[in-house]
Amino acid sequence: MDTLNNFLFIGLPYAALAVFIVGTIIRYINYGYQVSSLSSEFLEGRRLFWGSQPFHWGIIFLFLGHLIGFLFPRSVLLWNGHPVRLLIIEVTGFIFGLSAFVGLLNLFIRRITEARLKIVTNKMDLLIEIVLLLQIFTGLWVAFNYRWGSSWYASVMSPYLWSIFKFSPDVQSVIALPWMAKLHIIGAYLIVLLFPFTRLVHFLVAPLHYIGRPYQIVIWYRDRKTLRNPRSPWVAKYPQNN
Amino acid sequence: MNVRAQMSMIFHLDKCIGCHTCSIACKNIWTDRKGAEYMWWNNVETKPGTGYPTKWEDQKIYKGGWEKKNGQIDLRGAGKKKGLLNIFHNPHLPVIDDYYEPFTYRYLNLIEAPEGNDQPTARPISLITGEPIDIKMGPNWDDDLSGTPDYGRKDPNLENLSEAEQEAMFQLEKMAFFYLPRICNHCLNPACVASCPSGAIYKRGEDGVVLINQEVCRAWRMCVTACPYKKSYYNWHTGKSEKCILCFPRIEAGLAPACMHSCVGRIRYLGVVLYDADMIEKVANAEESALVDAQLNMILDPFDPHVIKAAKENGLPDSTIKAAQYSPTYKFIKKWGLALPLHPEFRTLPMLFYVPPMLPVMATLSKQTNEHLKNQMDPIAKIWPEDWKYDTSMEEIFGIVEKSRFPLKYMANLFSAGDENKVKDKLKKLLAIRIWRRAKTVGDIPLDKAEAALKEVGYTPQVAEDIYYLTSLAKFDDRFVIPAAHREEAMELLENTGDRKGSVGFGFTTPAQRGL
Repeated sequence: MDTLNNFLFIGLPYAALAVFIVGTIIRYINYGYQVSSLSSEFLEGRRLFWGSQPFHWGIIFLFLGHLIGFLFPRSVLLWNGHPVRLLIIEVTGFIFGLSAFVGLLNLFIRRITEARLKIVTNKMDLLIEIVLLLQIFTGLWVAFNYRWGSSWYASVMSPYLWSIFKFSPDVQSVIALPWMAKLHIIGAYLIVLLFPFTRLVHFLVAPLHYIGRPYQIVIWYRDRKTLRNPRSPWVAKYPQNN
Repeated sequence: MNVRAQMSMIFHLDKCIGCHTCSIACKNIWTDRKGAEYMWWNNVETKPGTGYPTKWEDQKIYKGGWEKKNGQIDLRGAGKKKGLLNIFHNPHLPVIDDYYEPFTYRYLNLIEAPEGNDQPTARPISLITGEPIDIKMGPNWDDDLSGTPDYGRKDPNLENLSEAEQEAMFQLEKMAFFYLPRICNHCLNPACVASCPSGAIYKRGEDGVVLINQEVCRAWRMCVTACPYKKSYYNWHTGKSEKCILCFPRIEAGLAPACMHSCVGRIRYLGVVLYDADMIEKVANAEESALVDAQLNMILDPFDPHVIKAAKENGLPDSTIKAAQYSPTYKFIKKWGLALPLHPEFRTLPMLFYVPPMLPVMATLSKQTNEHLKNQMDPIAKIWPEDWKYDTSMEEIFGIVEKSRFPLKYMANLFSAGDENKVKDKLKKLLAIRIWRRAKTVGDIPLDKAEAALKEVGYTPQVAEDIYYLTSLAKFDDRFVIPAAHREEAMELLENTGDRKGSVGFGFTTPAQRGL
């Protein structure tokens, strides 16, 4: 039993992280062209709305919620000190979870029923959608049955995750969790592991830099201030974007 | 003054015969790949008509271009706020059915079908799914169909034409149409560049060609919405957007773009114009009535010593300045004032200009009787009421312009944001040249009358001859004045293109492989 626990809660996370980091870097450098959100809206636009919108907004909120619980467990516990505030955070979290689940279910059904989409669907697309569906399902199950998740996540999961990142893994608290919660943790590692081999990579190139950049972009091949200056030396510099 | 060079184009619509050779030349070089079959970086539309994609001009549907709100322009359907909020589902994105589902035929079936009582057929199959389909639309399905209810009458440019004017256009007797070839306008205020969340689209500083970096594009699809001309296309296979690249590998090697090189009617001209980049924001924000003038005003005189000095300070090579001085597009746009941009009200400051067509000859029905012809006409070929005849006389030369078969309003909706006087001015000029040449070659119009016509539009006989030359006689090097690219590695791009076919990128090449 210990071996299995060690494998699932110590071995697996490190393996997943290593594959995630190395795999993503290799993919970005060597197959940068293939890093894309691979939108299928162009082939089917209407049903996508009922899948993509609820799924993405839901999953973004859930991701941020898990991240905050991991980074600031004390603040979360402090916030949850008041029952009304605890209820607010649990109910909104659950609603976003449902939204992500329903959205992804719609996306999955859409993907396997539309003839045009079958052409642009590969095995990894289906695999990651199924894994994500199961993951959100176990998350919802845990949130519903083992209340209140936001509190025990901050006190149980956050120290465990920190111990992983600090390279001194401490699995005692995790082993005591019910098996559905364990499944949720393992699912998370599995997603991290699969990440570089799926379309999920578009998450890493989310266009947040758009907010700060000027609208128009002009790229010059040469430095036009020195181009006509006879004193400037001739440099054969290949522009990066070409 | 921030002088920059811009590749600009002139399409002389009076000369376009609608043969689609340009589209085919472009297709064969650039878009005969998986996922790009439906793309026509160059397409030719019949106007009036709905165009490609269907009703692309109707920004109530597609939300393209810029709109002015509270004195400031912003992207109509994309931009930082709208773009990022709609990134998971873009409500204004045209889908494949707005273009057409690409198809081919099962030709193999013709020779491989087993023996039977029926003749084997080649069924149409979708190029997306590979399954048999009923073809509903194809490239240029609307070709020459301006009189039909499905195409002509759904033209968005008919919006502010009265019922009577529309009817006049579509009476079979009077029916006339013209062709509108379209490529990317390589705008000065490109909406696609502004809308791209990844920053993959950029304008080349040296010649103003707008390009999409295939390595950076992440399929956020905002450029497709933002471009009001719908000239940015989404490749459903690779998950990347693509657009006309003005054949820049050819331009860098001194060759004309494929669509222009192959143009049968020789309607296309390509050349550099110098413009003041500091004025872009002001011009794009101009009042709608002043938009065309403001845009033409940005284009600088390449012979002006101040302009030359500023251009040199800005690092423009002498060869580019010289090319700007010889540029046929500068002559058409500024010197002769014959060309107008397509839909300037989208505020992207397009750099492709059109010489409006005269459709097909200026003629109106007059009430004069046609007695002496009545018996000569073949009853089958007789296409007008016997008592009526077309008036092609030159008595009321400029009166005819107003009475042209097409309401000027329609042309104005296309080329001058609704200002009829702009279109009238161009048509008058074109007509004056025709009168002048007719006086010289046919001789049925007295020369002094022809000179008077020229004078009225502000031309001298010499200018008229120059325009005549560039319109009718010009050789290849007159029509395409391409400055040296000063990219000594340009030849690398012309190495065996067969090897590069189907791959993407220049400088870097990579197979067009879809990501996982």
